[in-house]
Amino acid sequence: MDWQIIIAATVKIVVFVFLVTLPLVAMSVWAERRVSAAIQDRVGPNRVGPAGLLQAVADGIKFLLKEDFTPDHVRKGYFWLAPALVMVPALMTSAVLPFGSSLFGEKMVIADLDVGPLFVFAVASLSVYGIVLAGWASNSKYPFLGGVRATSQMISYEISLGLSVVPLIMIYGELNLSSIVLYQAQNGWALLPLWGDGLSLKGFLLFIPVLISFIVFMTSMFAETNRLPFDLPECETELVAGYHTEYSSMKFALFFLGEYAAMIIGSGLAVTLFLGGWSLPFGWLTPESADAVVPWWHGLIHIGTFFTKVILLILFFIVIRWTLPRFRYDQLMRLGWVFFFEIALFNVVLTALIMWWLA
Amino acid sequence: MAIVVKRPKLKWWEQLYIPGILSGMRITLGHFYRTLSGKKKVTMQYPEEKWDEHLPEHYRGAPALVKDEQDRERCVACQLCEFICPPRAITIKPEEIPSDDKWAKVEKRPKAFDIDMIRCIYCGLCEEVCPEQAIYLRKDYAITGTSRAEMVHDKDKLYEIGGVRVGLVNKWNELK
Repeated sequence: MDWQIIIAATVKIVVFVFLVTLPLVAMSVWAERRVSAAIQDRVGPNRVGPAGLLQAVADGIKFLLKEDFTPDHVRKGYFWLAPALVMVPALMTSAVLPFGSSLFGEKMVIADLDVGPLFVFAVASLSVYGIVLAGWASNSKYPFLGGVRATSQMISYEISLGLSVVPLIMIYGELNLSSIVLYQAQNGWALLPLWGDGLSLKGFLLFIPVLISFIVFMTSMFAETNRLPFDLPECETELVAGYHTEYSSMKFALFFLGEYAAMIIGSGLAVTLFLGGWSLPFGWLTPESADAVVPWWHGLIHIGTFFTKVILLILFFIVIRWTLPRFRYDQLMRLGWVFFFEIALFNVVLTALIMWWLA
Repeated sequence: MAIVVKRPKLKWWEQLYIPGILSGMRITLGHFYRTLSGKKKVTMQYPEEKWDEHLPEHYRGAPALVKDEQDRERCVACQLCEFICPPRAITIKPEEIPSDDKWAKVEKRPKAFDIDMIRCIYCGLCEEVCPEQAIYLRKDYAITGTSRAEMVHDKDKLYEIGGVRVGLVNKWNELK
């Protein structure tokens, strides 16, 4: 029976990671450029393919064909290691995301771990090593500054990111992401408790800490993925390109892809924890239990729902990027340590009090 | 003297930052919607759509030499444009007009007249300084070439761009 599991896992990895997530990365780069253009009253890339949709392919070919230049002054081994260290953790976190209920009796999650969010945080925090190594191995001032900034920023926001998820885990009483989604499908999404058990005093009271959690989580996610308004590690106006200044061709592309992949996986995690994952609102087409037989077309609808939510959240990321100016570094640190850390801690206590009071 | 910038005192809900994000998103999404729905059009699809018909009267494009209505070159190779040209884009080799020529009275004409379009800054000083109204800035702006040599406009090319220009020039009036 083992080989069946291996084949199923391989198919899911190939389809979800390489046939869906990576093209989604390319498409979000295209969307980033088109949306930013529309926001700034421009047109954006519209020449390659219909509406410029093949621009990402052209970019990819360009990255592959460019000279892979390694400057003389870098520390070569680490310089080569860094891009992979950014890309790999970003893709690895996708293993625990349930991107659908089940299809032909097969659960639509690569690894149905019982420690989902913990695994995501553990692996996602590895990508900071890639950035630090890139900054240090480049052996020049701008990458160094970018790497230093990235380190402190990502470590600081990891705390509030982790703490903001604690109230949700307390509410669900569960660390398995598939079960979390199923609970939300039956009892109302964390941010939309309008059916099932969500329609109660407890559901409405718990909505307050969940909303606080969501704001802290999303903001920390922006900081974790180095996106504007927190893109200090690579802010092009001060640091040229930050930690990837010395990189070119495919090595740069790996940083770029890793960043967007992290954004997509982050959106996926936010969707899974707060917005009901693959479930439709108001309990439509919800399976009875985790092992219930789901018709194949329900399974397809669930997968479609998950990716619709993820794409909407990516669009939100993009619009925020072109709306807000960059924070100053001390403001960033103050926000992380003085506000979000305390708010997230307080939020845990608040959730505990509500749950204790209504127990 | 140092100036102390007075910071505005923010209300508590302004300090929350979220209303700021929302009003910012209203602006950006407004632009997003207006651009997508085609209510606002700023960019032109350049090679397909061109600005040519809307170029203003005073537009300064590539400089070119003109001939008069009797198909005679107006330039008398006085070299004023060569001397005034700020980036020194113009090079003129003058020659004497032989005495048996119909226009021998003019005495001088350009043997070679080169304008290096890589150097030209389209300032229009050559047109302004020319006593013979022989050089004009046309509306051609897409001057391209694949080599430096190709970007140098010689006399033939300049007359090809310039063409004929009818107008009063006193120099060749026999009564004067």
